[in-house]
Amino acid sequence: MSELSRRDAAKRIARFGALLAAVGLDGPLGSALAQDDPVLAGRPLVRYPEKTDLILLTSRPPQLETPMKYFDRAITPNEAFFVRYHVFPIPLEVDLSTWRLRITGRVERPLELSLDDLKTKFPRAAVTAVNQCSGNSRGRFSPRVLGGQWGDGAMGNAEWVGARLKDILTAAGVRQGALQATFDGLDKPAFPSVPDFVKSLDIARIMEDPDILVAYQMNGAPLPMLNGYPARLVVPGWYATYWVKNLSEIEVVDQVFEKFWMKPGYRIPDNACGCIAPGTAAARTVPINRMTVRSFIASPASGTRVPAGRPVTLKGIAFDAGYGIQEVQISTDGGSVWRRADLGADLGRYSFREWSATWTPSQPGAARVMVLAFNRIGESQGREALWNPAGYLRNVIEHVDLQVG
Amino acid sequence: MRRILGPGLLLAVLAASAGAAADKTIPMPADHAYATLKPGPGVEVTRQQCVSCHSTDYIVMQPRGNAKQWDGVVTKMIKVFGAPVSDQDAKTIVEYLATQYGN
Repeated sequence: MSELSRRDAAKRIARFGALLAAVGLDGPLGSALAQDDPVLAGRPLVRYPEKTDLILLTSRPPQLETPMKYFDRAITPNEAFFVRYHVFPIPLEVDLSTWRLRITGRVERPLELSLDDLKTKFPRAAVTAVNQCSGNSRGRFSPRVLGGQWGDGAMGNAEWVGARLKDILTAAGVRQGALQATFDGLDKPAFPSVPDFVKSLDIARIMEDPDILVAYQMNGAPLPMLNGYPARLVVPGWYATYWVKNLSEIEVVDQVFEKFWMKPGYRIPDNACGCIAPGTAAARTVPINRMTVRSFIASPASGTRVPAGRPVTLKGIAFDAGYGIQEVQISTDGGSVWRRADLGADLGRYSFREWSATWTPSQPGAARVMVLAFNRIGESQGREALWNPAGYLRNVIEHVDLQVG
Repeated sequence: MRRILGPGLLLAVLAASAGAAADKTIPMPADHAYATLKPGPGVEVTRQQCVSCHSTDYIVMQPRGNAKQWDGVVTKMIKVFGAPVSDQDAKTIVEYLATQYGN
């Protein structure tokens, strides 16, 4: 590393340190979490700027998990939305008078767009879509795998408003032969040897999908800084790794972009299930892409005691990669008998779909309640979780264990 | 409309509209103490080398592993992420992690 870049790195860390000193941290509230959950046990609740109490995965770069109680409804509040950064330092300040989204590379007309440009020069588009980390629930993999040991809260659903990415690229004029666009945000590693977080999408995919947005609004408000202020990419149906936050540059390139976070990072086995036998390595891999079908029981929380002979309302959400949820079923006898849950309002095919069901437990003792979702092309979840070495694509029938009586 | 706003209220309105377009700055909480590394030979070298890029929860949350696992992790930090760690320090870190966070 050159002396200059070392000095620069030291300066950035020093500046960050000054900010660290300027703020305290809420005390650990770990006892509030389900201590019977081995993945969450011992992890504190913390309150970061513009956020409510979230479960700490890592302090720096920050990774914060949404408690399960927020998934009893379709829309995840901005303040409860999970946070996941890859490199440190992260952006802590944005000046809109100087912030620009630059469109560069293989385009006819390079652009520098202000936030006002994004809002006024392009039609306003909206989509309600799930943003889920590729590694959500990685902590539940068996055998365990290295990486962020998330529980199930690295996901959220919001109404995103912004400019269509295809409209922005059309305004810039994509040149013949361009293959991909790359996306870079304001987060820059302290050392130049650390790979910057840059992702890519195929131009063909972008131009045929009007729901891919550069979003400047989340649930009717500006994005929290830690969720990508002032604008982030929204790629409905695909994992959050593509939803680049604090977006600052889009470069159109004429080859497949294969820097670290596209290869070898964020790859899945190149087969129909994205899975391999535990402990083995994949012969061929592809970049992770569309999400698997998932469903969760948010209420009652696992470990809750419910009275026998009285109706209990079960609530939660289900989602997939954009075919839309067709049906949610629940079982209260460990998976022998299944019955349909009631579905809530349809907020669009990329959204969480609320579900609810009423259950009157009769026998005192332990009861396992399970949830199973199907999308419109019949994709569902298995009884046994599939495995891959990076802990991606979690897709299994979920459950809560309750005490009756 | 403007006439019925007092000067104080008018200022407040101007401040609010200016605020919407101005800088957004957030402070950043310090690394949380729950991830403090266990004491043992090599803990200081491990802490110093690792925290220049990330907090120590990145270490303590991982599945327990033998020296081979931790050597793989430390090698990845150096080779893939370009962490400026000497061979000697890398050896110390692997020994520390395999002892304190071993299986």
